[in-house]
Amino acid sequence: MKIGLFVPCYIDQFYPQVAVATLELLERLGCDVAYPREQTCCGQPMANAGCAEDAEATHRHTAACFREFDYVVGPSGSCVLHLREHVEQAATVRYYELCQFLVEVLQVDRLHASFSGRVGLHASCHGLRGLRLASSSERREPPFDHVAHLLGMVDGLELVGLRRPDECCGFGGIFAVQEEAVSVRMGADRLDDHLQHGVEVITGADMSCLMHLDGLIRRRDMPLRVLHVAEILNGSAEMSHA
Amino acid sequence: MHDAAQNAGPVDHAGRAARFVANADQTTWHDSVLWRIREKRDAVSEGVQGWERLRDLASQIKEHTLSKLDEYLIEFEKCAAANGVQVHWASDAEAHNRIVYDLLEARDVRRVVKSKSMLTEECGLNPYLEARGLEVVDTDLGERIVQLRGEPPSHLVAPAIHVRREEISVLFHEELGTPAGSSDPQFLAGAMRQDLRARFLAADAAITGVNFAVASTGGLVVVTNEGNANLGAHLAPVHIACMGIEKLIPKPEHLGVFLRLLSRSATGQPLSIYTSHFHRPAPGRELHIVLVDNGRTRHLAREDFRASLKCIRCGACLNTCPVYRRSGGHSYGATPSGPIGAILAPGRDMEKYATLPFASSLCGSCSDVCPVKIDIHAQLYRWRQEAAREGHISRGKRLGMNMAGWITRRPARYRLAGRLARSLLRYAPRRLLYGRWNVWGRARDIPEPPARSFGEWYAAERGKK
Repeated sequence: MKIGLFVPCYIDQFYPQVAVATLELLERLGCDVAYPREQTCCGQPMANAGCAEDAEATHRHTAACFREFDYVVGPSGSCVLHLREHVEQAATVRYYELCQFLVEVLQVDRLHASFSGRVGLHASCHGLRGLRLASSSERREPPFDHVAHLLGMVDGLELVGLRRPDECCGFGGIFAVQEEAVSVRMGADRLDDHLQHGVEVITGADMSCLMHLDGLIRRRDMPLRVLHVAEILNGSAEMSHA
Repeated sequence: MHDAAQNAGPVDHAGRAARFVANADQTTWHDSVLWRIREKRDAVSEGVQGWERLRDLASQIKEHTLSKLDEYLIEFEKCAAANGVQVHWASDAEAHNRIVYDLLEARDVRRVVKSKSMLTEECGLNPYLEARGLEVVDTDLGERIVQLRGEPPSHLVAPAIHVRREEISVLFHEELGTPAGSSDPQFLAGAMRQDLRARFLAADAAITGVNFAVASTGGLVVVTNEGNANLGAHLAPVHIACMGIEKLIPKPEHLGVFLRLLSRSATGQPLSIYTSHFHRPAPGRELHIVLVDNGRTRHLAREDFRASLKCIRCGACLNTCPVYRRSGGHSYGATPSGPIGAILAPGRDMEKYATLPFASSLCGSCSDVCPVKIDIHAQLYRWRQEAAREGHISRGKRLGMNMAGWITRRPARYRLAGRLARSLLRYAPRRLLYGRWNVWGRARDIPEPPARSFGEWYAAERGKK
């Protein structure tokens, strides 16, 4: 099983530790992982802004980077959803978000990670309603949650319930800028929910949502911090936590 | 208050939304009221076994009906006519308004009561009739409130959801003479009921909307909580029911699917208070049905967007939409507003409504809540492409996306751009970084750039492997 590591552009540039954690975690679980160094961006920023034509060459380039793998795994529900919906997928290749890959393909049932602290889970929309990483509160279906399931394997981690467990944080790519006022308000409302439930660390499967929330946290000097779920599952968060 | 820009020029959703959200308390209240309806909907749908199966069925029935809409419309007309109903066809809003006016004028009608019709809002019937000397009274409480305020409705099923109780108190004091400062909802509703009773009794004609029209029987179904459609239609000698042609369903048994979904999705009620079936006029009375196209057949021809014609106007997508709850219905400048409005309005007038598909984080909650499974968020994405293709995005955005596409198609350009961006963020003075150009940074910090990208880390640490 040959796995291609897909690293979204903003993670590559701003959150390399998330990609390192993803790589290490997959390797520790026995995967043969390679990182195609020619990859750039999945093309979502252009496409979601209405300019899918500007993303076409990028889509083709991305598809070419990952052609030779059995699975392409990346630490972002949103970018992986974009790959699945808009980037040509060779018949033998499957695009996967990290947690979905761990639960559905590797069927991981234990992890060697520990974490101390009250953790709130931000259910990012594209992973939730696009990739179905969890049951959504709108639908009447048996409840499940891949990310929470994995966090449950982390020693000492206390996962905190929220009042609105799957409301959007207001990032939304171009939306965060084009509808800045509403985007900021949505993010602030999410943070309030976490704060009211005594959350110390917000985690999730999409760093983009966490980047938006972290931008608000730092500007407002709130007693919260964000960590990508890969950092917690890999155990690499504990060191920076200390 | 009524936005004067409602009918002129392109709608600036972001600007209107920013003005709404600037009132933090009102936003909190608006958001929580609508979220409570969403929670009621969740709880009541929990009690229905096979809820998702019902949604599938409803979607399939609507898709089937739309695929044979011409046949079902003809069947409906035939059956309705056989029942003694007079059927009229309106190709657009203007034709609809003229048909209604001609009917009223020929019968010397001066006073009209209206209930439960978003279609007449879409067509602008009230101003059309008022300009010709008729008195039109909206009789549903919320509709009446926005009518007295001179505003369009802000929500599909709760048209005055944006108005606070204290404002209603003042409005009723001025319009109905209730004592100043009385804000007890029961009392205010009672005062309105008294006022409306006289208007019902004096009306020469009643106009209602239609929730479902059954092709095989020629019958109409109107779903309400206040019963004003019934009161109006039963008291007045003439009842005119106005409906979009997409309201058809093939058979009465299909109502069993839609009625179980509609009220639960709309208000979280298992069933609304009144579900009224109209088949034929009472002896000596008239029943007219106006079938309105107004862009619907054109929309039906758009493969990527036709599914929005499945809409049963429950408003669940508004209640669940995190953007709608924080921007208010009037920010859309369209009826209906909210996510469903944002995929219907550009089909009517792209020039005016090009910003609406961008008034979404594409979270997809609307599509998951929709009782007829319209792919609302996917349509929003596709409307964005149409908006850009037709030149309705800013030159700056266009240029930025051209650039992003140019950079990300070549690894070398991408790496260089990344390095430059990280250096800029590291070394540029804060005043420059957070200048006016930086919309992101108005309320949010920019991430702190690392010294090395992951690609650089990988090349250094793993490259030799």
